[in-house]
Amino acid sequence: MDQETILSVENFNLFFNLRGERLHAIRNVSLSINRGECLAIVGESGSGKSVFCRSLLGLNDKNSYIGSGTITYGQRDLAKITAEEEWQKIRGKEIAIVMQDPMTSLNPLIPVGKQVAEAVSIHQGLKGKPAKQRAIQALVDVGIDNAAKRYSQYPHEFSGGMRQRVVISIAIACQPRILICDEPTTALDVTIQAQILNLVKDLQKKHGLTTIYVTHDLGVVATVADRVAVMYAGEFVEIGTAEEIFFESRHPYTWALLSSMPQLGTKGEDLFTIPGAPPNLFMPIAGDAFAPRNPFALKIDFVEAPPFFQVSDTHFVKSWLLDEMAPDIQPPEAAMRKRGLR
Amino acid sequence: MIMRQPETLLEIDNLSVGFGRGKKLYIAVQDINFAIYKGETFGIVGESGSGKTTLGRTIMRLYNPMKGEVRYDGKRITGRLPKSEDKALTRKIQMIFQDPMSSLNERAKVDYIITEGLLGRKDVSKEEALEAAKSAMASVNLPWDFASRYPHEFSGGQRQRIGIARALVMEPEFIVADEPIAALDMSIRAQILNLMSSLQRERGLTYMFISHDLSVMRYFCDRIAALHKGKVVELASAETMFSKPLHPYTAALVNAIPQPDPTIQRSKHHVAYDETLEHDYSKQQPSFREIETGHFVLANDKEAIKYEKIAKGQL
Repeated sequence: MDQETILSVENFNLFFNLRGERLHAIRNVSLSINRGECLAIVGESGSGKSVFCRSLLGLNDKNSYIGSGTITYGQRDLAKITAEEEWQKIRGKEIAIVMQDPMTSLNPLIPVGKQVAEAVSIHQGLKGKPAKQRAIQALVDVGIDNAAKRYSQYPHEFSGGMRQRVVISIAIACQPRILICDEPTTALDVTIQAQILNLVKDLQKKHGLTTIYVTHDLGVVATVADRVAVMYAGEFVEIGTAEEIFFESRHPYTWALLSSMPQLGTKGEDLFTIPGAPPNLFMPIAGDAFAPRNPFALKIDFVEAPPFFQVSDTHFVKSWLLDEMAPDIQPPEAAMRKRGLR
Repeated sequence: MIMRQPETLLEIDNLSVGFGRGKKLYIAVQDINFAIYKGETFGIVGESGSGKTTLGRTIMRLYNPMKGEVRYDGKRITGRLPKSEDKALTRKIQMIFQDPMSSLNERAKVDYIITEGLLGRKDVSKEEALEAAKSAMASVNLPWDFASRYPHEFSGGQRQRIGIARALVMEPEFIVADEPIAALDMSIRAQILNLMSSLQRERGLTYMFISHDLSVMRYFCDRIAALHKGKVVELASAETMFSKPLHPYTAALVNAIPQPDPTIQRSKHHVAYDETLEHDYSKQQPSFREIETGHFVLANDKEAIKYEKIAKGQL
């Protein structure tokens, strides 16, 4: 299938300066995102998922700087933007973000409708009545009943799920082309989570939105994602379609993630945990970052970082296990069992 | 799992808990009845606002019930108690909190946080308290060097271990765990759950596990009660609750769990629970009844007949 690339990141490196030390947060990452798809980024906390998404909007803290690489969006290279005014033309209008916690991302002192209208007036230049109407329409779009009345209510009058809807409506009010959802449902109940996931899917279809979905919940990934990128220690280790990642994963880290899902636990047995801790990104990493925690690690993993091996048109894996010289390895049961699961 | 004759440890008898009074009265927990057996993990599941935490806190004796009582080992523990009993219960029933970031005293060192419950007790000397803290730290796999540090120096998983050690130092029999893993990262969750189950095996602990994450509960709990608007709508063994939920609310909860399988998820039809559509209680109010052995549902006569048929596989 031939798809149009809407955003492409190439050899992107991002550093943080922390007390004079340099932390290599995003390590030489390349990824392209197709128009209209939903890409999920999964990984443990601290793997750089959020930092990566924030780089696309220039939202990282001031002590961060881009080492090298490009973020091509349309004709522009977002990695070159330094002026805040330039970013403001991108944020909201072109690329919008929904943050994790709906309890803290709204201003408690301003009625929710005004907060939606604010986004509209800044980015679309609408004022007064038209802005209000646009905002009410945005609230209706995300499934808020009685939007005209809800317009003048305050955030505390909304439940968690409703607040997250408001946040999403702010994000889509300006009809962005890309919507980044940074763990939008982790603070919510499962039933509300299902509603929000459905909402995001509907919006994606209706407005032809491209969605980037950051999460650590593989169940959520299975629900929304067309493609999945697995992140570890600031780099992508496996990229593929949802089916490829869930049923035919080839990277030991993806196997470990799949194995540690509590859904697959057996009563009376310990849950699978990944031994060790993620690497210290202050230090340069020799070889494959996952090698010290990887039971399948080969000798070369400790010496040289693996390149991306292409498994199919859409499936890329960064692991020496796919080298033709590598021994045949039986993936762990959980990653295998999944294939037979009905 | 070892088969055993279940021995009741905690009994909840017709419990209602409310806040405010008069016109402002809000009933958070209404007419709840169930028993927790010794050595089991009893799960409480429900959406936010369903009263799970209120129930947990009432068992912790932090709230007073409006009606009904809670019995521990056959003795009433709600309401006024003699001082000696009160002290003994504080030791026996402990709690693990949801958010390890806010449940530890930021200005105290770890050793103080852990021993705080033992300090000021006449039967425990300071040295004994420290010894107890040492062994509690060891059982949650934290090195003793950490004792002189402050909470902010630790990660979320480590802080939750400190929270568990603080509960263990009292040598409790019963632990109320209120969403102990909700605030933790996926990989840390498994570690904390493994720790909790190994402690249960070693010490014969009984847990009441409050959570909204059903996927974890299936693995972790023996029996589960589903709470909706302060009422228990269904109570069954964890396996039954998942494979054969009878009440439409529980069915909606189970349906909403995202399965880690894109083919299932894409074909899934999302069902929302709307109590006004699901139930017709105009003729008869529902009551809590046993549909099959050990499987209780809140239903009226008409619904009970339907549920029985579903349970037997006739529908």
